[in-house]
Amino acid sequence: MLRSLLFLPGNSPNMLINGDILGADGIIFDLEDAVAPDEKDAARILVRNCLKQMNLKGITVIIRINSLGPDEYWKEDLDELIPFRPDMILIPKISEPEELKTVAEYISELEKKSGLKEGETLLMPLIETALGVEHAFSIASADKRVAALFLGAEDLTADMHCVRTAQGTEIFYARNRVVLAARAAGIDAIDTPFTDINDEEGNYQDAVFAKSLGFSGKAAISPRHVKAINEVFSPSDKEIEYAYEVLAAIEAAAQQGKGAISLYGKMIDKPIVLRARQVLAMARQLKEKGGAFYE
Amino acid sequence: MKITRSAVAGTLESSDVFVTVAPSEDGLSIHIESVVYDQFSELIRAAVSETLTRFHVNNAVVSLNDRGALDCTIRARVETAIRRAGKGEG
Repeated sequence: MLRSLLFLPGNSPNMLINGDILGADGIIFDLEDAVAPDEKDAARILVRNCLKQMNLKGITVIIRINSLGPDEYWKEDLDELIPFRPDMILIPKISEPEELKTVAEYISELEKKSGLKEGETLLMPLIETALGVEHAFSIASADKRVAALFLGAEDLTADMHCVRTAQGTEIFYARNRVVLAARAAGIDAIDTPFTDINDEEGNYQDAVFAKSLGFSGKAAISPRHVKAINEVFSPSDKEIEYAYEVLAAIEAAAQQGKGAISLYGKMIDKPIVLRARQVLAMARQLKEKGGAFYE
Repeated sequence: MKITRSAVAGTLESSDVFVTVAPSEDGLSIHIESVVYDQFSELIRAAVSETLTRFHVNNAVVSLNDRGALDCTIRARVETAIRRAGKGEG
């Protein structure tokens, strides 16, 4: 369950050390944009030590490595961190499925060397180029490690030669494309962060809109945005109650040998039952997690 | 690892530590300045010593200006400074 994913700069101890108490379902330890080129080595070592010391139980640990490029920082990132078993690797600027496969193969080698189970490290490609959006489904289905697609709107709008706005009209197509590609591949879709950290209402509305499009969660660059994102991407009490009613109604209908049934005047068909099961599955996960931010 | 040049790591920000590692021909010498010196200087010294041992550093001058860094941060910054100071050495 990844409702909220919080970016933490990989070379800032004062932010990293509090990462486990900020309420996010996932923490993204950022080795890319948040770290200056001459501090990449320091950030890798610091993040590695934080993984060893912090209590991250119940939190999905994600490392944003550097993008594939001639400097090969991405390989050094993986060399240092894969042995410490992060749950997921966020790979920037993936435009082609072959790029993703290159990273997956390298991780396989490292998993073998470290005595880990091959395939245990999951991948989340960052779709933040025009070409990446066009290849979204092939990227999503390129490797069984891919657990989610992540839309990155800042780099994407630069690549599209347009201005990023709070309304997000310019990324409407990309958002839809990424959600459809991810869902078609049977994986999650994570929405781009809302970058105005002082606009909490804007973040909330952006999360509501992303959820309405089918995203499973949203990233945040500020801890202040996490609670609202969790609330938006959690099922409400009303949704949970309705889901129970749906399942009770179909059970009753089955016992009575009825085919078609309705609830509150609306026909209950297969997609409604599926949705009810998804809501209850998520409610159960939240309960196991302690019910934070939704009760 | 032989320390062949001076190198630094970390910052003077809160919860961080600024570490300098320099060459020496006269064993190990560790200098600690910390906002929590009275409470934690021995633990800080132990973290530095263990990291130096892990990298087989036998000759170096190590100086720390600590701003309340946790153990994992101290060890990370010392390791970074050692690796930078011994770059190219085995």
